Amino acid sequence: MENISEIDELTTEKKYSRSSLYKDAWRRLRRNKLAMLGLAIVIILILIAIFAPLIAPYDPIERIKKDSSLSPGKAYFFGTDLLGRDIFSRVIYGSRISIEVGIVAVGISVVIGLFFGALSGYFGGISDIAIMRMADIFFAFPYILGAIAIMTVLGPGIVNIFIAIGILGWASFARIFRGSILSIKNKEYIEAARALGANNYRIITKHIFPNSMAPIIVYATMNVGVAIIVEAALSFLGLGVQPPTPSWGKMLAESLDYIDIAPWMMLFPGLAIVITVLGFVLLGDGLRDAFDPKLK
Amino acid sequence: MFFYIIKRILQVIPVIIGVTLILFLLMYVIPEDPARLILQKGATEEALQNLRVKMGIDKPLYVQYWRYMTQLAKGDLGTSYRYRRPVDSILADHYPNSIKLAIAAILIEIIIGLVAGIISAVKKYSFWDILVTVSTTLAVCIPVFWLGMMMQVVFGLKLGWLPMSGMGDGSLRYYILPAVTLASVSTAFVARMTRSSMLEVMSNDYITTAYAKGLSQFKVIGKHALKNALIPVVTLIGLDLGALMGGAILTETVFSWPGVGRTIYLAILQRDAPVVIGGTLVLVLIFVFINLIVDVTYAWLDPRIRYEKKEVNV
Repeated sequence: MENISEIDELTTEKKYSRSSLYKDAWRRLRRNKLAMLGLAIVIILILIAIFAPLIAPYDPIERIKKDSSLSPGKAYFFGTDLLGRDIFSRVIYGSRISIEVGIVAVGISVVIGLFFGALSGYFGGISDIAIMRMADIFFAFPYILGAIAIMTVLGPGIVNIFIAIGILGWASFARIFRGSILSIKNKEYIEAARALGANNYRIITKHIFPNSMAPIIVYATMNVGVAIIVEAALSFLGLGVQPPTPSWGKMLAESLDYIDIAPWMMLFPGLAIVITVLGFVLLGDGLRDAFDPKLK
Repeated sequence: MFFYIIKRILQVIPVIIGVTLILFLLMYVIPEDPARLILQKGATEEALQNLRVKMGIDKPLYVQYWRYMTQLAKGDLGTSYRYRRPVDSILADHYPNSIKLAIAAILIEIIIGLVAGIISAVKKYSFWDILVTVSTTLAVCIPVFWLGMMMQVVFGLKLGWLPMSGMGDGSLRYYILPAVTLASVSTAFVARMTRSSMLEVMSNDYITTAYAKGLSQFKVIGKHALKNALIPVVTLIGLDLGALMGGAILTETVFSWPGVGRTIYLAILQRDAPVVIGGTLVLVLIFVFINLIVDVTYAWLDPRIRYEKKEVNV
């Protein structure tokens, strides 16, 4: 055991490079105005999702019959829908579904991707070939098509959305992680750790993992935006969250038949999706430039 | 070149087996009992058992998969739960409309995407460049179905310039809104890719030489830069067909376009899994084959690809 703690001290390269890599990246990110705008959007959105009950003036599923299909005004900022529900409150609550799906589904993809990426890149051989061919199969599915097929069979519901989007996204993460492992697994500090008796699990989790996280963080951030759009699309097609739970995609589907008499019904949920996805895309772009200024 | 093509075709085989296996599992294994889904409530146990035998779902999995694959090879995608009609004939009625819409979208993608990308690269940091950069960033963030709805309101409802939905008499006016909607995301990608590819090519020495020879900007860009810059763009356009197919379901739904996408959507509403899975399978297989063709064409255009792949073996 003594040996192992020694390794950590000896491989201080890891410690320094890690802290300075992230510090440098943060410094560069702070100077990037668009990325900061993205970060601000993301933070505000998460706060809105957390504090939805405090922000929303009405119950998002309460029907106020006498006030149905009112256009935006003082009493109802974004107007009401045909059932007399406040659209502003529904948009506020809808952020919860989008953020949940974005974070949980991408989280699932990252976990599966890292596991297979590590098996593939670190051990190589047959597991590498098998996993990469499996990834090819998943790459053959256009995201939305694959999600539609899975959801049709599993049935609608938020947990199934997590599963569908999570499973479809793993291959890219596996490939990225495999690539980073291949580029660092023969570096001296890994060999040093191995020579001092660290086992594979320890090498992967303590040394390879922290040093190959940057591209994963960048891609995950961008993918949250994609997941949010896919969730909206699934809910739009009737495969996602079920009524009366407010979801932006579902709200758009409900507005489809009334775009001539109540166009505000589709305006605000749509804008909410665009702003949210834009936030994650800008932040992701900024993180990419911040972690690897050469790419810019 | 010959060996590269053979190698690439061999690589496609496991992908096809994998894709069909996944869709087969989704279709026949994960649902509790397909027979019960078809006959619904009230069916006698005997009727259910008869149907199971007829469908072959009482056999071991590998036998079922083999049967599924042999049927597939004959173009048989199964039978719709809802209409009791073969899925392939249901889909076949709607292919032509989807293909026409996809062609219209690709034309828009090529024309607008290329022009925007070229202008953006040639007039770097100008007003046009910023406009293209901002609009391509936004286009990626806008869900296609919402864009379609917005255009219906603006151009169909408020301005009354274009029909809001359907195919009508099949005239060009009916194509404009759905095709622009379907092409939106891909056009943004083409414009971005053209811009970065053009910028890279234009920093080369041979472009400086061409200018030094006294050639006009039009000639330098049209004759020298564009040709080389286009190679990655052509690949992107080919690969983008996947996005186009996923988008087709949403676009055709919004515009009530009588294509395969809308058929899949209606089948989703009716919980008619064979049509959804069969439709998905066809679209994915088309995507895989287009990928193959694009890869081979790319290797033929740029010999470096063939050798690089051999060395890196990724």
